[in-house]
Amino acid sequence: MVNGDRILEVRDLVKHFPLTQGILFKRQIGAIKAVDGVSFDLHKGETLGIVGESGCGKSTLAKVLMALERPTSGSVLINGRDIGRAKGAELKRMRRNIQMVMQDPYTSLNPRMTVGDIVGEPFEIHTEVAPKGDRRKKVQELLDVVGLNPDHINRYPHQFSGGQRQRIGIARGLALQPEIIVCDEPVSALDVSIQAQVINLLERLQNEFDLAYIFIAHDLSVVRHISDRVGVMYLGKFVELGKDTEIYDKPAHPYTQALLSAVPVPDPEGREQRERIILQGDPPSPANPPSGCRFRTRCWKAQEICAEEEPLLQIRPGTGHESACHFAETHDVVHIG
Amino acid sequence: MKKTSADVLPVEGVYGDEPLLAVDDLHVEFRTRAGIVRAVNGVSYTVNPGETLAVLGESGSGKSVTAQAIMGILDMPPAHIPHGEIRFKGTDLLKLSEEARTQVRGQRIAMIFQDALSALNPVFTVGWQISEMFRVHRGMSKADAMKKAVELMDRVRIPAARQRVNDYPHQFSGGMRQRIMIAMSIALDPEVLIADEPTTALDVTVQAQIMDLLADLQRESQMGLILITHDLGVVADVADKIAVMYAGRIVERASVHDIYRAPAHPYTKGLLESIPRVDLKGQDLYAIKGLPPNLLELPTGCAFHPRCPYRQDNCVTDVPPLYQISGTRGSACHYWREVLDGER
Repeated sequence: MVNGDRILEVRDLVKHFPLTQGILFKRQIGAIKAVDGVSFDLHKGETLGIVGESGCGKSTLAKVLMALERPTSGSVLINGRDIGRAKGAELKRMRRNIQMVMQDPYTSLNPRMTVGDIVGEPFEIHTEVAPKGDRRKKVQELLDVVGLNPDHINRYPHQFSGGQRQRIGIARGLALQPEIIVCDEPVSALDVSIQAQVINLLERLQNEFDLAYIFIAHDLSVVRHISDRVGVMYLGKFVELGKDTEIYDKPAHPYTQALLSAVPVPDPEGREQRERIILQGDPPSPANPPSGCRFRTRCWKAQEICAEEEPLLQIRPGTGHESACHFAETHDVVHIG
Repeated sequence: MKKTSADVLPVEGVYGDEPLLAVDDLHVEFRTRAGIVRAVNGVSYTVNPGETLAVLGESGSGKSVTAQAIMGILDMPPAHIPHGEIRFKGTDLLKLSEEARTQVRGQRIAMIFQDALSALNPVFTVGWQISEMFRVHRGMSKADAMKKAVELMDRVRIPAARQRVNDYPHQFSGGMRQRIMIAMSIALDPEVLIADEPTTALDVTVQAQIMDLLADLQRESQMGLILITHDLGVVADVADKIAVMYAGRIVERASVHDIYRAPAHPYTKGLLESIPRVDLKGQDLYAIKGLPPNLLELPTGCAFHPRCPYRQDNCVTDVPPLYQISGTRGSACHYWREVLDGER
């Protein structure tokens, strides 16, 4: 599955949101550094999981990849062309290739549109994909692919359950036959017994259409199940990036270790002996991140060098994958599910 | 002599063999225009001092409605309780006057809500909202109550409590807001604490902090804790015993170790098997087929039968009672032996 052609290249991606003061003459007094220097590749048919706490910039990253936000600097190359700088017809063409599945199927579907209109809307914009007479049939095919009854094409979103609505959202994402789908927390709003159904569907579709996923989620066991590689984000930066087995079995960055140890293990045996790293406090504000290493204010390994010199994301001695810590060392914290 | 709070409370300790809190065959229904929604259909569970009971279930399983019935905060109508008892130290709360109920609510039995931002009032300072408990229930002066509020914020480990007591809820992070909710709920030293999805909206790192805090507070005061959640990981971490709910009924009841080792109800088994595991990577996850039932039209017989891999003919017609498996363990499945043995 891995090591197909590289279809997405993200290089030094930065997205700052200006903070302004004053009403008439707005002065910029600072910036929220939501994404602050992120680089990674994505290959055909591969899944890259992105994990991190709320506010770490995962959703902003998704928006920049989708060209819903323009990057402050850096580039997002899809098949070698920069979507961040594309305009007009070129941007429209490029957008066909990267689609999104949203988190909340209750608010991301227009309640006044039928399922047929929702799933078929991409064809209205990209008319070349499906000629007008053909659209209804195409939509019914898509509904069938995601496991919905094609006869329900004239129903409205409220007539479906949460899991079925998420399937509608997935069908809409598939409509233009993209190579990349960005899934932003696709199962977190669903009931536990329904989550497995949707995850299985996403995996089946990936094999069928050779899709590449950017899978953003806070549920670490779901990310592990579906991902080939995993990136851990903290305050707008990747602190660790590697294969799923490297991140989960040999985490090298203290933040990854703390994150993994905080995940409750669904097995009560030996729970008293389990090692647990409890981080104190909350992440600092992305408007004013700490100097040097951003994690140093909550890190138990922090020393002077951490405040002075920013650790780069690179392969460290004794570890087989990239991590951004001066004192990186692999440490098997816990085996989560 | 100044009256202590114990003198004026209607519920007192003649409860001998009774558990601290016992919910007994509780039924709750909502009479709506579309018909009668039977949200809770005969739920029974007990909690003892220092014990943690986890109530596990999906949305619509009736776990929160049961909790609201215990607290006495259901809107009636549309809600009705046609049958059942909620005994706190042997006294049936449902038979008490509203005035007496108010004495129990918040003082003896307290609750933490899921979404701290909407549960806190945005136009009052957090100090004012915490100290309200002392002003209203204990008749303290504003200044004394405020001092107590600072102490409580210290106890739930909010840094720089003295400086932050006059801040408003929006100035706190999600985890800190949940701490404020916890401070309010433990203000009057309740004997039972109900936590309704206390960490669902929080990140895992913050979730670990909050669950740690709850465990410490419980150890200090020997509260009985009812933890309502859908997270199988959290349950495995903290619970002593578990009640699994489906469509308004308890389908399985067991100690935490028993249930994870060998579930005795197909629904519990399905939930446990649908958790992603390392050795199943790259394969399909086990998924419970179908959808949770519509409470307006519950399936006949066992409510789980349309989704159940163990279904036989009598499941469609006969409602399974909660069969006793051993001691306190029970399963509402006609075929619990087969489930327990892992036959399918």
